[in-house]
Amino acid sequence: MIDVQAVPEAAAAIRTSGLGKRYRRVCALSDCTITVPEGRISALIGPNGAGKTTLLRLLAGLTRPTDGEMTVYGGIPRQDPAFLASIGFLAQEIPLYRRLSAEDHIGAGAHLNPRWDGESVRERLTALTIPLDRAVGTLSGGQRSQVALALTLAKRPRLLLLDEPVAALDPLARRNFLALLTDAVAAGGLTVVLSSHLVADAERVCDHLVMLAASRVQLCGDIEELLAEHQMLVGPRKDTSAIERDHRVVQVTRTPRQVTMLVRRCGPVSDPAFQASDVSLEELVLAYMGQDAPPAPAELTSIGDNQ
Amino acid sequence: MISFRVDGRSVAPPYLQIVQQVKQALRMGVLDVGDKLPTVREVVAATAINPNTVLKAYRDLERDGLVEARAGHGTFVRHRPPGPPPGTHSRLGRSLARWVAEARAAGLDDESMESLLRVALRAETEEEIA
Repeated sequence: MIDVQAVPEAAAAIRTSGLGKRYRRVCALSDCTITVPEGRISALIGPNGAGKTTLLRLLAGLTRPTDGEMTVYGGIPRQDPAFLASIGFLAQEIPLYRRLSAEDHIGAGAHLNPRWDGESVRERLTALTIPLDRAVGTLSGGQRSQVALALTLAKRPRLLLLDEPVAALDPLARRNFLALLTDAVAAGGLTVVLSSHLVADAERVCDHLVMLAASRVQLCGDIEELLAEHQMLVGPRKDTSAIERDHRVVQVTRTPRQVTMLVRRCGPVSDPAFQASDVSLEELVLAYMGQDAPPAPAELTSIGDNQ
Repeated sequence: MISFRVDGRSVAPPYLQIVQQVKQALRMGVLDVGDKLPTVREVVAATAINPNTVLKAYRDLERDGLVEARAGHGTFVRHRPPGPPPGTHSRLGRSLARWVAEARAAGLDDESMESLLRVALRAETEEEIA
């Protein structure tokens, strides 16, 4: 019953190929090839400085790539009103005018956006009992985030890019923010990429994962499929070269008696000496974060000694 | 109408937790044939989980023949899962609760009770095999 039934094949909302961004000598992102299908909530996960914000800014058309290609709903991200009308981008610092009220922002948005749905902001904020007439600077941090999200949704974007939207919020505000987000996705026609370093939130809300570390993509795909492909193997310390040959070893921990390996399976693990168990998203993310570069098979045999 | 609880720490993926909670509600008699399940948006608003997860859980239940989606109306219970009638669980639950009270009065802690139950389950399975 735990078969992973594929969601019907959806068109890609985002497709990048070999995407890279260099700032002078510093490489912020390199060789980034990902696909995010339509209608998903994708978690963009990685340590600080991994290139998450750079990727979001590239997708939002706020900066130009130095290498590679990307399309968002078939169009190339750029500073063009027609493209930008379909993109909602919420930056980490919650860019609102602190002295203006939510109602003022709704009015401003109506002037600046072609498909503006100001009424949706009033409905959403009223349901959350957030006052529309108070300066947003006097609201709590959680309320401000919700105002910003409701305003971003009023653009009726097809792609919503959120940069660490819940990092600074307390658990209740985080839950409310994510409920607002998932409700908008449930209404249809919206794809979301959400950067975060909080794996627990991602596990709950997201069904797709893009994992960056050291400016490179480590993992990209449906979360359940990724979890099903990986296993933790625990066994006696012995020759593990057969496993290393048949599967992709992501992480190995050796003690004098025992070997623990997180592997990406290529077929079933048949060695009866090893006990296989499922991995959690957190274990998976941490294992890949521990890597500096995508593992090449040649390097793997040299991890630890094989005796 | 029932509400779902999705535990991020559970080993079971969220969609499976929903499937299990619907089946559990059917076994306990909380849900009955003809009852309506909450809509995807209601579940999402209450739990902040991914809407595709709820859809996947409902599709799973539909494939098992337990529920049916009626376009524009929602998802309704069609069958109860195979097993004893709803009263059985609560009756056995009550007798188990009496046993737990007795064990607690005798000074057993939760852990000893759990291991007793495990031993009893195992002994019973072995008898079946033998």
